[in-house]
Amino acid sequence: MSKKPSKGGAPALDMTPMVDLAFLLVTFFMLTASFRMAEPVSVDPPSSIGQVDLPDNHLMVTIDEKGRAFFGISNSTAKMAALREMSKRYNVPFTDQQIVKFSGLPSIGVDLKDLPRYIDAGEEERKNFQPQRGIPMDTITPNNQLKDWINFGGSEAVKTYEAAKQKAKETNSEFKAEKPRYAIKCDAGTKYMNVKGVVKTFTDLKIYQFNLITSLEGGGTVIEPTK
Amino acid sequence: MAEIAEGGSGGGHKGGKKRAKKLSTRVDMTPMVDLAFLLLTFFVLTATFSKPKTMELTFPAPPPPDQKPDEIKKGITFLLTKDDRIFYYEGEFRAEANDKGPKTEIQELDFSQDSQKSLHKYLLEKNKPMHEQISALKAKHDNNQLADSTFKRLVKERKADKESYTFLIKTDDQATYKNVIDVIDELNVNVVGKYVMVDIMKSEMDLVLEKTANN
Repeated sequence: MSKKPSKGGAPALDMTPMVDLAFLLVTFFMLTASFRMAEPVSVDPPSSIGQVDLPDNHLMVTIDEKGRAFFGISNSTAKMAALREMSKRYNVPFTDQQIVKFSGLPSIGVDLKDLPRYIDAGEEERKNFQPQRGIPMDTITPNNQLKDWINFGGSEAVKTYEAAKQKAKETNSEFKAEKPRYAIKCDAGTKYMNVKGVVKTFTDLKIYQFNLITSLEGGGTVIEPTK
Repeated sequence: MAEIAEGGSGGGHKGGKKRAKKLSTRVDMTPMVDLAFLLLTFFVLTATFSKPKTMELTFPAPPPPDQKPDEIKKGITFLLTKDDRIFYYEGEFRAEANDKGPKTEIQELDFSQDSQKSLHKYLLEKNKPMHEQISALKAKHDNNQLADSTFKRLVKERKADKESYTFLIKTDDQATYKNVIDVIDELNVNVVGKYVMVDIMKSEMDLVLEKTANN
């Protein structure tokens, strides 16, 4: 171009590479970002040297500081199926629309009979939803909804997994998904007693292996504990 | 900055204005860059990079009712209670002195790394033989003298050793989840082979209460 000095003002700068770079990064982050819906409670797990990643296919029970239990399934197909089963079991009707909407929600912590109202509530409304007492898990009165959630959720998650596996086999494609696992996420300040209640619910269902969610702590090496 | 060149505007025959021969085709990219970086910032800040890390734990299945529970040869029991306090005793629990030994006394430990009675040091001491053996195996493995599968099998064998300690973790109703995780974590750090969560007994709880009431 011209070698004349530009007449005053700012010198022109070629921004094209910068834009290229910026958009490249934007694209990367957009594609890799996995959005998390706001959880109904904030839970601050204790730290440990555990190095195992949380499996993608999981059922999670969250217990907050007050001992309320929240339940979530990562697989939305299994989640919808579990809700249908729950609806049958407790005679709480759900519309198809509600069931679909439910599959997009993060973990829930309300009584099943309040769930239709919870699903229909708006994002803001849901945050201050009353009563958000956690999923009932009374062992004495026959209202152990958590147990049923885990039971139905677990069997539906396995079914979904098997169906996907079968399909992959038929089409001869690679199958990478893993079996659903059970995860427990608790706040550091949760009383262990409350955790024990949930663990009891699991062991009653003959589920003995869990992934306890912890935040990562630096250093240290772990040799796999014996199974 | 570069500017958008004005279009041909119907040729040059009308006005007497002279046009520059070459029209710059450059576009001002500043707003685009602004936007790109805005988005970039947004995605960087909201991206959740790592999946949460977890710790795998297996709880014991309840034994069939007609089976006698396994005898634990060498046991150490940790009792967790409020205010992040932890007590321990070794061997079998004896509410009263009998012919096998004196009445069980519980000792206090703490969660710090370097105090006199830290849990870390205590475990290091108790689990020394196993820790050393497994470290030796690990060193061999790191030097490629051992295959992965062999290494895992050997570690597993070492951990299942009958002569090593079994650690029992018991909590009362005041202990927090954090304490439990801390203890399990410490056991993992010290490559302890066998540990298990057990329900606390009333008599053990009384001992803990006695201790915590004093100070």
